[in-house]
Amino acid sequence: MTKEKRVIYFDNNATTAVDPEVFEEMRPYLTGLYGNPSSIHNFGGQVAFAVEKARAQVADLLGVKSVDSKGHHSEIIFTSCGTESDNAALFSAMFTCPKKNKFVVSKVEHPAVLNVAKELERRGCRVSYVPVDSRGRIDLQRLEEMVDEETAMVSIMWANNEIGNLYPVEEIAAIAHKYGALFHTDAVQAVGKVPVDMDNSAIDMLSISGHKLHAPKGVGILYVRRGQRFRPFMIGGHQENGRRGGTENVAGIVAMGKAAELAKAGLEHENTVVRALRDRLEKGIVDQVPTIRVNGDLEHRLPNTTSISFEFIEGESILMLMDQLGICASSGSACTTGSLEPSHVLRAMGLPYTAAHGTIRFSLSRYNTEEEVDFVVEHLPPIIARLRHISPYWKK
Amino acid sequence: MWDYNKNVMDHFLNPRNVGEVENPDGVGEVGNITCGDALKLTFKLDENGRIVEAKFQTFGCASAIASSSVLTEIVKGMTLEEAATVTNKDIVDVLGELPEEKMHCSVMGMEALQAAIANYRGEEVAAEADEDHEGRIVCKCFGVTDTKIRRVALENNLHNVEEIKNFTKAGGACGCCLDEIQQILDGIWKDREGAMQKEDPFAKMSVVQKVIKIQEVIDREIKPMLEKDGGSIEFVDFRDDKVQVRLQGRCAACPSAAVTLKHTVQAKLQEFISPLLTVENVK
Repeated sequence: MTKEKRVIYFDNNATTAVDPEVFEEMRPYLTGLYGNPSSIHNFGGQVAFAVEKARAQVADLLGVKSVDSKGHHSEIIFTSCGTESDNAALFSAMFTCPKKNKFVVSKVEHPAVLNVAKELERRGCRVSYVPVDSRGRIDLQRLEEMVDEETAMVSIMWANNEIGNLYPVEEIAAIAHKYGALFHTDAVQAVGKVPVDMDNSAIDMLSISGHKLHAPKGVGILYVRRGQRFRPFMIGGHQENGRRGGTENVAGIVAMGKAAELAKAGLEHENTVVRALRDRLEKGIVDQVPTIRVNGDLEHRLPNTTSISFEFIEGESILMLMDQLGICASSGSACTTGSLEPSHVLRAMGLPYTAAHGTIRFSLSRYNTEEEVDFVVEHLPPIIARLRHISPYWKK
Repeated sequence: MWDYNKNVMDHFLNPRNVGEVENPDGVGEVGNITCGDALKLTFKLDENGRIVEAKFQTFGCASAIASSSVLTEIVKGMTLEEAATVTNKDIVDVLGELPEEKMHCSVMGMEALQAAIANYRGEEVAAEADEDHEGRIVCKCFGVTDTKIRRVALENNLHNVEEIKNFTKAGGACGCCLDEIQQILDGIWKDREGAMQKEDPFAKMSVVQKVIKIQEVIDREIKPMLEKDGGSIEFVDFRDDKVQVRLQGRCAACPSAAVTLKHTVQAKLQEFISPLLTVENVK
């Protein structure tokens, strides 16, 4: 792909652009400041300070004020990605609660939780999968029926990556605690878009991914509430208080810190400007294209995400025609990934196959503009019409 | 991101023959919206029984649309007998290539064509309508029968379940039928190997046994013939069903050595040992 080609990037739930300020912040740690934060000499030690500064920035974004005896925000553990954080949380619960062998997760979790749950089943645990309704909502009463005294952990995502639904994590945490279970949430899509206040929260563990909030790929966070037992699944050195071995990804961590600072400052912007752009896009498409449906819990969803099903046509074709114009989005369709079934989220919602195969997710960020939105609103309807003209199911 | 070639992209972006032929002679509809792709093919014959017009409507990904478009181009001008021999490979050949995971799009094209021809002839579509066990549905998610799995496996030389998934989608959703698909594959390929081995006891022999047998036939059947003409032959080596020999004496210098080699040496070895054998003269 040539650099000059115009790109309209509406795929920010997949990954985001590294913020230039973030990049400048991390650059020295990729060049001159290459020391190991564990080293005794000052050359390495100064790098350790940078890591702790980043930890404080993340703590600030998450509303974590308390520090440990060394003055560090040790509830924040740096990992390599959101998936690692999710793995660490669920496996820790399995290790530290040997007498409880049940887990409760939703059917719409990210594979980083869902497939870990399946692995736990293979290792002898029982897992209950909480269903969702046609809008992707979780019935809390149904969830509570699944949680019992045997339950080690309940893990429900804060925001769904495909449809943008926000789940009532505080209420779910309260249900988990009622039965003595831990509560973990995959907050990869939520942090930076919804306010987080961990000091006044019941959530025990929370996962974040750097590259979803304008830090680079390769850095994530697991928050573990102080006093909560934690045992890592990956065995290694003393780093991160022995909770996550492996020499720190210093540049990534520094970037994560800066990105967290910017995310906190940009929270208002996400919920006003970005939300308005998303709404403009959604309305523009809904007004012009017949026979479509907007998926998810429209009252409780991320400000940047819209999932739209274009009935009777297939998602990959839509994406490829949009790609010809430089428009980037994602689909819940099977064909794009080589899997043969539509996404597990859309199927859990019971979305008709006529719609599931033609579902496109647009996810915006602070870098998008009104002009870009208008471009898509102008150029998408002809693409849909063109594919429907080819489709045997489309009757004019 | 799929690495579609220029041809696939061209047929996707500029599909030929989109729509429905008016008053068609044959209509073929395969796939369905649940499975994620579907194709409706319609054609019209001229007075000589050749396909004069073919159009398609497709619900599916870029490669499904491209495969359909190419299909309509392929069959135009063909008689139905000719069209009946078109396979998914012909579609892939014209496109140049398709990603492995997308081969089922070309198979869908072939099936739509077969369905349209059957429709013209007033036949039921074989695989789906078959009542006997041949048409039993193996993959319940995508409604793929054992007949289809066997046919596609044989046509495209497929040996494992992953390939079957790419070509037919069977086993691509819940995965419950993967074991059964493997059994079907084991069945057809073992049958084939078995049949070959029955006809050819030579294939079962060890290499040493083969070498002894070849030496025996050369000494008994071939050498005496060549010696009559003042020549001779030496057995040099044997590998991969190829017998290496050295023609000697007059035979070595004979201008028709190649003819001798093929029509005498190879013919005798094939007659007395195995039709698989070939012969090569080494200096």
